[in-house]
Amino acid sequence: MIRVVLPAHLRALARIDGEVELDVTGPVTQCSVLDALEARYPALRGTIRGHDGGPRRAFIRFFACEQDLSHQDPDTPLPEPVASGAEPYLIVAAMAGG
Amino acid sequence: MSRVRVLVGTRKGAFVLSADGKRDSWDVSGPHFAGWEIYHVKGSPADPGRLYASQYSGWSGQVIQRSDDGGATWEPVGNQFRYDGIPGTHQWYDGTPHPWEFERVWHLEPSLEDPEMVYAGVEDAGLFRSADGGQHWEELPGLRGHGSGPSWQPGAGGMCLHTIILDPVHPGRMFAAISAAGAFRSDDAGQTWRPVNHGLKSEGIPDSDAEVGHCVHRVAMHPSRPDVLYMQKHWDVMRSDDAGESWREVSGNLPTDFGFPIDVHAHEPDTIYVVPITSDAEHYPPDGRLRVYRSRTGGDDWEPLTSGLPQQHCYVNVLRDAMAVDSLEDCGVYFGTTGGQVYASPDAGDTWAPIVRDLPAVLSVEVQTLP
Repeated sequence: MIRVVLPAHLRALARIDGEVELDVTGPVTQCSVLDALEARYPALRGTIRGHDGGPRRAFIRFFACEQDLSHQDPDTPLPEPVASGAEPYLIVAAMAGG
Repeated sequence: MSRVRVLVGTRKGAFVLSADGKRDSWDVSGPHFAGWEIYHVKGSPADPGRLYASQYSGWSGQVIQRSDDGGATWEPVGNQFRYDGIPGTHQWYDGTPHPWEFERVWHLEPSLEDPEMVYAGVEDAGLFRSADGGQHWEELPGLRGHGSGPSWQPGAGGMCLHTIILDPVHPGRMFAAISAAGAFRSDDAGQTWRPVNHGLKSEGIPDSDAEVGHCVHRVAMHPSRPDVLYMQKHWDVMRSDDAGESWREVSGNLPTDFGFPIDVHAHEPDTIYVVPITSDAEHYPPDGRLRVYRSRTGGDDWEPLTSGLPQQHCYVNVLRDAMAVDSLEDCGVYFGTTGGQVYASPDAGDTWAPIVRDLPAVLSVEVQTLP
């Protein structure tokens, strides 16, 4: 079970309260987590990254375990505490763009 | 008694303002989509309950929302706007080629007959259409591809397609306008296009009467007389009597002919409205006096309308999509300002009163007249 925290404007768009809990089959990567997130909440498609798994939007950041993962290859495995559900995967609205 | 519903897009959400036919007491709903820029909200002429909204944020880009109950509830629909084929380039601010890149939807124009059909004018300038209520969008590439596209340049606000007019009389005829490219016409439902800018003169471009390159701010038509078009250009108020084939200036006695919106009285095709703005550098009314100007002669002869509008220390702007008229017997006129006021006149502009005073900056105003 993967825990995902979304910024307020995307929680409002997708009508989400609190954290999202996702089951991800196969390797737990940023790409597979976002695929699962968009499958459950289609309204989020195109608002975090491009459609069809395109690049991250410029003012959206990805954090976990006090690391900025925004520039990592999206197919890189996420840290074990994220994959185990101990730590959340944070999708963050950058301090710009709003 | 008939009712009106005013659909307001602002920098930080949408608002729905409702009143009965007297238009003196208003119910205010919103903000909808709080925190997002709402470029435009418009209802289907064929089904007034069907609304479309363009929702945008710098963080998360474009979302399209749809309502089937007049704005009480909304559902996000499709937001994938992919240019047809290899998009090619237009000119950038420095004159170099720049790839076409989708940024946002400026204007949504629902079909006159089919609530599922809606057109979208986008930045970078292009025209899209959805036939399934906004779920899927396809470009009408004949506009960008007609030939002059590579020479188009953005205006200061971006290269936006901001005006879409569907001709209710001539099947397949439609108009689009782009800042800063000009006006365009299609006679085959948007498949093929040609520029219709003969008569425009713009001092800000190298060839002042070029076929394209004009910064058209807004075009308006009265549905009963679709061959007559009115245009607020960057500078100059213009009129065409032949569906855009030729234009003549009708700025007449306006204090300044710079401005953004232009609209037509619902029942008097020769009665038109503009909001003069001081200049291209000073985007506020002359002398700090907010005055709507009305012409009852289709241009040239204009009168200031000031009753109820601030006549001192007013330095707001009125953006291109932020004026609309209702179709009640006494035509109502509405506009919103960058200062967050939405003004209404229930008597065709003779008197004005604010519906709301303190919204975020207003980007767009549309009105629905309901039974």
